[in-house]
Amino acid sequence: MKFGVVVFPGSNCDQDCFHVVDQVIKQPVEFIWHKTTKLDNFDCLIIPGGFSYGDYLRCGAIARFSPIMEPVIRFANNGGLVIGICNGFQILLEAGLLPGAMLRNKNLHFICKFVNLRVEATDTPFSSGYNKGQILHIPIAHNEGNYYIDDKGLAGLKKNNQIVFRYVNNPNGAIDDIAGIVNKNRNVLGMMPHPERCSEDALGGSDGRMVWESIVKWSKKKSTAR
Amino acid sequence: MVKKEVYSALGLTDAEYQKIEQIMGREPSSTELAMFSVEWSEHCGYPRSRNLLKLLPKEGKYPALVGEDSGGIIVDDLAIIFKMESHNHPSQVEPKQGAATGVGGIIRDIFTAGARPIASLNSLRFGLLTEPYNRYLLKGVVEGIQFYGNCLGVPTVGGEIYFDESYSGNCLVNAMSIGVCKKLELARAQASGVGNPIMYVGSSTGRDGIGGCSVLASHEFAEGEEKRPTVQIGDPFTEKCLIEATMETLATGHVVGIKDMGAAGLTCSSAEMAYAGGSGMEIDLDNVPLREQGMEAYEIMMSESQERMLVCVKKGKEKEIEKIFEKWDLHGVVIGYVTDNKKVKVNYQGKVVADIDTEALAKAPIYDMPATEPENLKEINILDLNSIPQPKDYNEVLLKILASPTIASKAWVYEQYDHMVQVNTVVLPGSDAAVLRLKGTSKGLAATTDCNSRYCFLNPYRGAQIAVAEACRNLVCSGADPAAVTDCLNFGNPEKPDRYWYFKNCIQGIVDACKAFNVAVVSGNVSFYNESPKGAINPTPTIGMIGILDDLDKRCVSHFKNAGDRVLLLGETKEELGGSEYLKVIHDKVAGDAPELDLEKEKAVQKVVYESIQMGYINSAHDCSEGGLAVALAECCFVNNLGVAACLIPGVREDAALFGESQSRIIISCGPDEVGRIEELCVENGVECFNLGKVGGDKFIINNSVSLPLETLRESWGKGLSKYV
Repeated sequence: MKFGVVVFPGSNCDQDCFHVVDQVIKQPVEFIWHKTTKLDNFDCLIIPGGFSYGDYLRCGAIARFSPIMEPVIRFANNGGLVIGICNGFQILLEAGLLPGAMLRNKNLHFICKFVNLRVEATDTPFSSGYNKGQILHIPIAHNEGNYYIDDKGLAGLKKNNQIVFRYVNNPNGAIDDIAGIVNKNRNVLGMMPHPERCSEDALGGSDGRMVWESIVKWSKKKSTAR
Repeated sequence: MVKKEVYSALGLTDAEYQKIEQIMGREPSSTELAMFSVEWSEHCGYPRSRNLLKLLPKEGKYPALVGEDSGGIIVDDLAIIFKMESHNHPSQVEPKQGAATGVGGIIRDIFTAGARPIASLNSLRFGLLTEPYNRYLLKGVVEGIQFYGNCLGVPTVGGEIYFDESYSGNCLVNAMSIGVCKKLELARAQASGVGNPIMYVGSSTGRDGIGGCSVLASHEFAEGEEKRPTVQIGDPFTEKCLIEATMETLATGHVVGIKDMGAAGLTCSSAEMAYAGGSGMEIDLDNVPLREQGMEAYEIMMSESQERMLVCVKKGKEKEIEKIFEKWDLHGVVIGYVTDNKKVKVNYQGKVVADIDTEALAKAPIYDMPATEPENLKEINILDLNSIPQPKDYNEVLLKILASPTIASKAWVYEQYDHMVQVNTVVLPGSDAAVLRLKGTSKGLAATTDCNSRYCFLNPYRGAQIAVAEACRNLVCSGADPAAVTDCLNFGNPEKPDRYWYFKNCIQGIVDACKAFNVAVVSGNVSFYNESPKGAINPTPTIGMIGILDDLDKRCVSHFKNAGDRVLLLGETKEELGGSEYLKVIHDKVAGDAPELDLEKEKAVQKVVYESIQMGYINSAHDCSEGGLAVALAECCFVNNLGVAACLIPGVREDAALFGESQSRIIISCGPDEVGRIEELCVENGVECFNLGKVGGDKFIINNSVSLPLETLRESWGKGLSKYV
């Protein structure tokens, strides 16, 4: 399977995601410059964290108009796997691939620390390797991770089991402790915490590694099914 | 005739102006005068410090690289480039932008050397938080560092924060950055090869920061001055793009030299690149991208607009380089060429506006400054311990010291910094030193910044030595071999002999300590004129230091890991309270002498700890510093929520045993079976080893002196700083 890491000007976790796919789970991976208009043969696209366009406007609001986003949206609509992490999650929200919006953290500060997450859904390509209810020790690093969605939307997320990760101790004020969600088709994940920052034991834990391994497992299964 | 008001306003003295006329053989143009004023300012030309800076050792146990703008060491086939720089005055005036551009500037110094920045640290000092303006400064500076550093994707992994009255009216913001590249990929800050094009890359030039270094950085603050327009404005997004574009540019192999336009902007970069390359340069300001209309030549030459660089590329390759900057939506334009006449010639709107010998510009005059010991220091150095009453309730004393903002938890600060991006940070903030892995190797890199300026105020020579010794100690406690130093020397007005005396003695202290540890000073920065109407800051020679871990797996942290582990104190506890946090917080006194320091003893203690870590004997190691043994022990407990039961060091008064700041002491914890092995190592090396007690429980106990639930300690320590913000 082949991963692609989309690079916007201002992305800063692109190399970290590349490193994990390349060095830790040892899968083929390529960078994709944001002005690219064609995607070929990718199985999973990573929209990495960072400050696309400086996040001087609402986070992700400019990146959403980058040329790459049209093919990304097409790719997602055709069932391709897309994972947006942190700023990547924000971009997916702005692009309409996931529902809801981000507000500034409740304490109005950037927060960088390890937090605990609870796995709420394991029937996704991104979380199938975890157990439901499993607690993950994983870093967050963001200014705007206070996820918001209206009542109707929230009811929809719950009804369709779209909430994949919840904070155990909500650090940023996110509604219903939401840290990560999938779309209805379950092929697009957005999450604020950074699994790439805890995929190796040297970094204080490897609880995030199963996200990547789940993706690989799911893709392999899919290609054999074909 | 150029009027005295003009050159005085630019910060030049009568004698300097006369010298400029002499060099030029005519009256200088306004642009030339401006160029001299910035290049000869203390910030760029070091006229009042160069003589002493020469004494700093340039060689040590690791091969040292001392470059034009930064320095570093060679480890195998890697170059590790690092430097620390001050942005004090801009931060005092406009804390967010001052600190942000401080971070931006130091990071540019790293990547213009060809090294990708992998980590930043900050040493910050403010007046007491009981004053509202100091709280505003703390919040603003932290905001600026997170705003800039987080966006760039360079982790801010460590540093220090002190609070002292002397910084009220003149805070210190010292930013350090570290980068890594292959030895062969290093870039130089020089221009050579006649006819090679000079390219201006990055952001456009505006009127921000004009005179930032000559006016702002090279004078003290007077009452009620308005200096905000001299502070630059930072744009981290542009800098992030500039990093990527520069790395791509350097990878082409078409770059002859590259230099940041930092202090003194285009003036400094053009003159110094030409000087370093032994060549000349002719530039045309009409090609400089401007952000506002009607700018004068001197404004363009002096502007300190951020995120700009000057690059000398090989003839014929300019189009290729232009394309890279275009890809990143940055300016990349040819503004001139290398010449062979060793002059910087500047054209604007059809006229020659400056034509100066590069050596005259780049080599500021050197002044021998008079130095005399401050009159009242001998008196301050007298401390009769009998006049200091011993407290009755040490529980209360410990809680009070833990809540002192200098000692208290800094989590409120470092949790606002992205300290994990680039996935290298293996020891997170809060331990003695940050530890990063060096990807692609089994090695690690540890980094710290240290300086107790109260010690330097009481005894500049020894205080500076202690700063170096403590930096080494912090690295050793992390499992690293102390490798090399960068210094950021913050002092008052050097034209005042008592201030200069401090500077001179601190330098000598650094020189002797670095020689003792066999480490080079590879880069650094001098910041003078740190004064407010109330007087000078404490002399603050901040030491930034890196250490190398040969085996990343042999790293160590400061906190206790296992209940049942034994706690040992290595090193001797003396009856000394001079300059201690205890004396200040509890008795409101800054008096006595700095703690004693025997560099041979220090090295022996560090050797025992380093070897014990390598042998895998110990589970934690923590340096005893501000607040003494009691505070250091408490700090060992917090992370894993493990209490301790310890006894009291005999032979000294109770307050000195608990809170005295004797140097060369390290607290370690180890399994019961390892105690004997460590004791043996101590005997071999002539190091005192005292069996303090045992890790475990939820209480913090020191003999009959202190007994408190760990949670109570955590409450005081945890909120000491955050309650003010």
